[in-house]
Amino acid sequence: MSIITAADPTTTPTDLTARNDRPKIIKYLTHCVVLARRSLIKTLRTPEALVDVTVQPVIFLALFTYIFGGAIAHGSQTDYLQFLLPGILGQTIAMAGISLGANLNSDIEKGVFDRFRALPIGRSAPLVGSVMADIVRYLILVIITLGVGMIMGFRIHTSLGAAIGGVGLAVGFALCFVWVSVFIGMKARTSGAVTGLSMLIVMPLSFGSNVFVPTGTMPGWLQAFVKVNPLSHLVGAIRGLFTGGAWATDVAWTLGWMAALLLVFAPLAVRAYRKRV
Amino acid sequence: MTATIEASGLRKRFGTTQALDGVDLYAEQGTVLGVLGPNGAGKTTAVRILATLLQPDSGSARIAGHDVVAEPQKVRESVGLTGQYASVDEDLTGTENLVMIGQLLNYSGAPARIRARELLAWFDLTEAADRPAKKYSGGMRRRLDLAASLVGRPSVIFLDEPTTGLDPAKREDMWDVVRNLVTEGSTVLLTTQYLEEADALADKITVIDHGRVIANDTADGLKKVIGGHRIKVRPTDPGDLGRLATLLTRIGTGEPEPTGRNTLTVPVADEAVLPVVVGSLADAGIGVTELSLHLPTLDEVFLTLTGKSTIEDEAEAA
Repeated sequence: MSIITAADPTTTPTDLTARNDRPKIIKYLTHCVVLARRSLIKTLRTPEALVDVTVQPVIFLALFTYIFGGAIAHGSQTDYLQFLLPGILGQTIAMAGISLGANLNSDIEKGVFDRFRALPIGRSAPLVGSVMADIVRYLILVIITLGVGMIMGFRIHTSLGAAIGGVGLAVGFALCFVWVSVFIGMKARTSGAVTGLSMLIVMPLSFGSNVFVPTGTMPGWLQAFVKVNPLSHLVGAIRGLFTGGAWATDVAWTLGWMAALLLVFAPLAVRAYRKRV
Repeated sequence: MTATIEASGLRKRFGTTQALDGVDLYAEQGTVLGVLGPNGAGKTTAVRILATLLQPDSGSARIAGHDVVAEPQKVRESVGLTGQYASVDEDLTGTENLVMIGQLLNYSGAPARIRARELLAWFDLTEAADRPAKKYSGGMRRRLDLAASLVGRPSVIFLDEPTTGLDPAKREDMWDVVRNLVTEGSTVLLTTQYLEEADALADKITVIDHGRVIANDTADGLKKVIGGHRIKVRPTDPGDLGRLATLLTRIGTGEPEPTGRNTLTVPVADEAVLPVVVGSLADAGIGVTELSLHLPTLDEVFLTLTGKSTIEDEAEAA
């Protein structure tokens, strides 16, 4: 190991000009992108980390269409698939954020974030970067769900623009909802607890909604919950945008929920993060 | 000379534990400050405060002229930190880890890659550059972690127990790295549990215990107080212990003390005494199974400085 005893090699100064003079916000965004790329590399190197956005929506689609579809939609599995797919998309994209909270929790336990905190970068950049990287997972989920759904017989009856709008709304919702999971990730002691706690929130939201069956079939007290459930509005909006029907009210509700989730949970998560690390 | 590390009256409490109880630290530019203390003395807490990872309850600290509480970003620009546990990203390769740090320090892609390649070569990690860090050995991970803290050519480097858990050969390598950094003008704060390490590297040594500074001196100054080298002898026949004690009293600079089963340890003036001991043992016909020359262990340092051994402390705490 004689190499080590040599001095730190000197690069010519022009090679190593740090661009410190750029505006703060540009530097911050660059740091977020660099950290997002780190998260992406990690995700793509552990393909099992993509199960919840690839295998899971496909299983849900097949399970509900072929096992329950006939009974729920009085024999027509194709009709039920038209109804179900936007619901599965909404449900799984909301669940997709859970793993981020768990991953961040284990990153902090391992001390990786100490390194980031000792660097002259924005305090929240590692969190924002991780959330940015999650967009790629959401897009994978959308492509797989729509692709498999179409093979199974799902058809979009509106325009391309409306469909893109629906996808954008779903990804946007996921980006706001993920802060709940990030917040839990900062508060929980172990990454296993993050998953457990997050499921406790996502499960009632996804079953107490219009994901699997129309709201009208439920008892009144449950309908009251379903009607304020953000997931119901997201799914209602995606249904309208994919298969036709009214969507404006649901889109408005969804945007409202997105703003509320982001404004409440993003600051809470960042504050919990600062306290934690 | 200018003070690069200057801390006074640092206090930090975690629940009922007073981790730091008024610690002063001082290092001039281009020197190594060794912070010596047992586990739980407050070394890591002090480093975390100086590296802006923790805020002190009271007291103040300036690193390279910037206050750690008021101007943390300025401090972070001048500081490189290597923690007790290697905090590299295990899923990323060596190159990816270092390039990422470079980019977070505002280098664009090409310069960050150049710097990463240099550091990997310097730390003998070129062959492992494209392997994920989780496949690295403990020593390689340490080196990558240290490389990561040097990407931005920091003027102040904190090394928190950099050699704990490394085998002796790797420890020597790490020492060489530290010496080189100082030659280039960096200021290093190094925490350690080994007096030998502090003696080998540090210009000044601050000994802390229970969150307080109990000594602050040069290695030589400290050795004057706690005694320098010690000779440890274990006779083959425990019946010779009495004669051995008489012999060691004559040669040593203090009273021989029993250390461990059937062994005696005595402080001596310097390492030149070793042949004398060997000769005297031969003359007296005392056979030995163990004979060694060493610097006082941390426990012996504490015994001298506080009259209490760190082991007794732990027993008290338990």
